[in-house]
Amino acid sequence: MKYGFGLIAGAAIAAVVGTAAISDNGPDTKAINAAVKARQSQMTLYAFNISLLGGMAKGDVEYDAAAASAAAANLAALSKLDQSRLWPQGSDNVALGDEMTEALPAIWAADSDVGKKAMALADAATAMEAAAGGGLDSLRGAIGPLGKSCGSCHETYRKADD
Amino acid sequence: MRSFLKVVVILGLAVAGALWVLSRPNTLPADAMNGLVGDPERGETVFWAGGCASCHAAPKAEGEEKLVLSGGYRIDSPFGTFLAPNISPGPAGIGAWSAQDLANALIAGVSPQGQHLYPALPYTTYTHMRTQDVADLKAYMDTLPVSDVASLPHELSFPFNIRRGLGLWKRINLTEEWTLTQASTPEIERGRYLVEALGHCAECHTPRDITGGLDRSRWMQGAPNPSGKGKIPAIDPANLTWSAGDIAYYLETGFTPEYDSAGGQMAKVVAGMAHLDPDDRAAIAAYLKALP
Repeated sequence: MKYGFGLIAGAAIAAVVGTAAISDNGPDTKAINAAVKARQSQMTLYAFNISLLGGMAKGDVEYDAAAASAAAANLAALSKLDQSRLWPQGSDNVALGDEMTEALPAIWAADSDVGKKAMALADAATAMEAAAGGGLDSLRGAIGPLGKSCGSCHETYRKADD
Repeated sequence: MRSFLKVVVILGLAVAGALWVLSRPNTLPADAMNGLVGDPERGETVFWAGGCASCHAAPKAEGEEKLVLSGGYRIDSPFGTFLAPNISPGPAGIGAWSAQDLANALIAGVSPQGQHLYPALPYTTYTHMRTQDVADLKAYMDTLPVSDVASLPHELSFPFNIRRGLGLWKRINLTEEWTLTQASTPEIERGRYLVEALGHCAECHTPRDITGGLDRSRWMQGAPNPSGKGKIPAIDPANLTWSAGDIAYYLETGFTPEYDSAGGQMAKVVAGMAHLDPDDRAAIAAYLKALP
């Protein structure tokens, strides 16, 4: 009987979670919206820091070892933030619409390797942190793998451009 | 009445006969590859510029795995779904092909068995390839790992499953002419070769007409995604306002001028283009800037 109670409680919780996730203005919608906004802000911060490193690599911005190191350190720190609350179930583009997010449901699929991709970014950002202050060529050598780690995740898990 | 029927039958046979002749697969001259020695190192550039791995590597392959050309990528189209075959240099792939066979596939769109290939293999682009580049590509591909994964059949319905009909399609859509007729500098000429003969950018970035052929009057002006969802962006000078340096840098790293990064199929394209010489990426940018 104890067993039966557990089952019923489990089913009840599942039902609540299920309902909350699909309701339009429950507290969970708010939490999901906040998570989407937060993760998009994190992407903006990635881009803001990469833009300085890329600008130097490209030759648009004069190389400055201290500024490059600071941007790379930011990037490495950002890539290691705990993201578990940024990606709740039901926050994909099918559930929320393309206007709100380009995150594909594949992120949450059973065979998803999104965690591995996130690790690849952290590795590339850490390598950049070590390289950025060591001269322009050293920075240039680290930016290719960094771009690759961005692209390899976007290739599979972000809706293709319109 | 009987003579009328006779006329109809004769006319019908004449039309069928004409279509049969017009749809015949045309191969290259048998000596097309004679005397050409492939250089695998040069072939590697052809391989990455041609984007072979984008479709022929296993769909989730990364890094070195992209060199295992086991196939399996699905290309959705209004005519059905094409499945990229295994083209690794083994029995399940194209290990038995000669350089002549590869040249016929890429330049003429004809298989070693003498059948038309579907233009999901972008031979409307590769038809511009120099035979020396095919020889080099063959030499490079022969050095790649063998995969024993079996190729899967295309998922096409009638009448698109009849290969013979492609002979007529080719008469309308396969041309040796360049789309950018005037290449005013050697750099633009190199860019034209990289884009129009190898990179097959137009296959996605140019809209198609009712036959499924490229509408060359709207070259690179963007197109609906053949998979049905979304749109492939326009990259002609009127629409792509990035500098040539920005374009080359994007092809190297995937970073846009706003430091967003390429996704979807374009991420695979960038992964290939990143292997090229910086001069070649600059040439592609110069070509795009030179378009009308």
